[in-house]
Amino acid sequence: MSTPKRSNSSRLYVPEPQFRPGDTPDYSHIAVPVAHTPPRPDPLCDPHETVPHATKLIRVLRFSGEAAGDWVPEISAEALRGALRDLVLTRAMDDRMFNMQRQGKMSFYMKSAGEEAVSVGHAMALRDADMIFPTYRQQGILIHRGASIKEMMCQCLSNSGDPLDGKSIPVLYSFKKHGFFSISGNLGTQLIQGVGWGMASAYKNSDEIASVFTGEGATAEGDFHYALNFASTYRAPCIINVVNNQWAISSFQGIAAGEGETFAARGTGYGLATLRVDGNDILAVYAATKWAAERARKGGGATLIEHFTYRKSGHSTSDDPTKYRPENEPDVWPFGDPVDRLKGHLIHIGEWDEDRHAALEEEAKLEIRETYKAAEAMGNLSGETQVNDYTMFEQVYEHALPHLDEQKRMFAAERD
Amino acid sequence: MPQMNMLEAIRDALDVKMSQDSDVLVFGEDVGYFGGVFRATAGLQEKHGLHRCFDTPISEGGIVGIAIGMAANGLRPVAEIQFADYIYPAYDQIASEAARLRYRSNGDFTAPLTIRTPVGGGIYGGTTHSQSPEALFTHIAGLKTIIPSNPYDAKGMLIDAIEDNDPVLFLEPKRLYNGPFDGDPHAPAKAWRGHELGEVPAGHYTVPMGKARKISKGSDVTILAYGTMVWVADKVAKDMGLDADILDLRSLLPLDMDAIEKSVNKTGRCVILHEATRTSGFGAELSAQVQERCFYSLEAPIQRVTGWDTPYPHAQEWAYFPGPKRVGNALRTVMGAA
Repeated sequence: MSTPKRSNSSRLYVPEPQFRPGDTPDYSHIAVPVAHTPPRPDPLCDPHETVPHATKLIRVLRFSGEAAGDWVPEISAEALRGALRDLVLTRAMDDRMFNMQRQGKMSFYMKSAGEEAVSVGHAMALRDADMIFPTYRQQGILIHRGASIKEMMCQCLSNSGDPLDGKSIPVLYSFKKHGFFSISGNLGTQLIQGVGWGMASAYKNSDEIASVFTGEGATAEGDFHYALNFASTYRAPCIINVVNNQWAISSFQGIAAGEGETFAARGTGYGLATLRVDGNDILAVYAATKWAAERARKGGGATLIEHFTYRKSGHSTSDDPTKYRPENEPDVWPFGDPVDRLKGHLIHIGEWDEDRHAALEEEAKLEIRETYKAAEAMGNLSGETQVNDYTMFEQVYEHALPHLDEQKRMFAAERD
Repeated sequence: MPQMNMLEAIRDALDVKMSQDSDVLVFGEDVGYFGGVFRATAGLQEKHGLHRCFDTPISEGGIVGIAIGMAANGLRPVAEIQFADYIYPAYDQIASEAARLRYRSNGDFTAPLTIRTPVGGGIYGGTTHSQSPEALFTHIAGLKTIIPSNPYDAKGMLIDAIEDNDPVLFLEPKRLYNGPFDGDPHAPAKAWRGHELGEVPAGHYTVPMGKARKISKGSDVTILAYGTMVWVADKVAKDMGLDADILDLRSLLPLDMDAIEKSVNKTGRCVILHEATRTSGFGAELSAQVQERCFYSLEAPIQRVTGWDTPYPHAQEWAYFPGPKRVGNALRTVMGAA
């Protein structure tokens, strides 16, 4: 538990992160477990067997690149190279889109830098028909599932290729065909919806499961409690993911909930299985997801997974992270970088090398650049090829209601 | 023709849809084994199974939240919120999620769900069992809000709501469950038995949204009402010997503005009734639209008769309720300008 450093002359305790701009961050106190605890129980075990897992950290990849311990998953080298490509592509896309936002091509963007392994590792362990209820930092799932990057870019550019016709802000994608639920900007709301989706799946005797996401910040919403409670009551076939990336815009994770317990441990009181996993370790994310998916599919109910990771960028293009945390904090975060760690592992097992990696990064950059060009050819928010304004009246209801038709006519008159 | 009260009509609508369509599920607080605190779902669990009609935790946000997820996964959930007074924890799920899902995903995902909830006073429910929050919902783009005033409409409108591909809020005026109520709490309670609108056909039929019902035809004055106030309007107009055009709006959004416009242009006078609080109530919307469309036909200022801008009190229930006296005064005011 940290002690507030700044002036506080009251007995009211207000938590503060250990390091603010100007400080030299030092995370040597964060124990990075090298032994690969805790053990992997049977996926249909009594949830109480996973109580220790809520406060420990499942890891597979050592910094040496070696994969070791109970949770080492069976994944072919080819699939691992595919995962590496997904990670690199996601990062390349994020970088490109961030820069294009800075050039005024779109209103807003959100990167997932540092957290790519959570999305990609998770998606690898699920079936494509399993429905994801994502946050705005799960673009890696879409990349892994083969969504059209051009369509994603067009959505961000709100241009004539935007499948959402400009109705939503950038990154709030909806891709039903890829099992990717429409993202809400209201945080936490989708957790309980995902539980309902899973309940419906069980009702239909389908073995598709739902996987719902929140950052650690939005676990403070009542919806998080609803989700855990209903998931427990109805043994809903779902996975509840808390991506603890340490920061909710400018608020450190100690603001979301007292620092006395992990986010995974929130599940214990609800009788859910709980896992806490090194989110920068794609093999650990994969293994934990695989375990939870098997549990859900076989009728064992929901698992709460805390993915312990770090948000390397700002929350979005709208905030400057150096205003609230040390500039070099991302570099000293003790769990390394997810891309580097998978790359190190592939090199360690003799399935990769630096040259191939450099070529992959170059190829990804090129692909993203070309795709972006094709996307922007269909317009951008400040350019000429915009979406048709009249589409704003569509999809409010299945069929237009009379008062909306009338307002559409009023709008047309305004345009004349 | 079977005779039903409004609860039986609602239960019958649920039964018809559950029998027809395995995608229809019914859930809420106490709705399963017990059949709901008002008994609207009595017998449905026994007939259709535990998995089709079940109890939920006391969690309105959770109830609507799972309904959205189920609807997005192809089902047609019918969620009960035990009293409309308890709906506020679900407001975010209704306003930000159910109502917006189709729009923000551009039709990729939809939420065809129905939320049933009892509204209005008249049962000494005080501040927490009497509210009429319809205006908080008619303000939400993407949501439909409807309210029947009799058993026949209740069944047909509920079936229509369940079959609708948009989220629908179905408000049930609880004082009308067992019989029409004309605003006099001291008169013996009337039953729906014997009432023309208590005759409810068996099986499937719908009463489509967006159409008002003429309760009486007349040329003196237009009365716009819905829910419990429909029957207060009817009684007062008859007692006063007025030749009134009484419109039971039934559907607040979509709203049957054509019928309203025609009626007011004919009568030149308009009184708007609702039980909800006055300021920013649905009556304000009605009044504005009537003024915009019928101003040159109006012979007198539009009158609103509503509850006071206070919470719904307990002991003072009938002092709050916009009863026959308040309605009569408004009618005299609007007629007096003749």
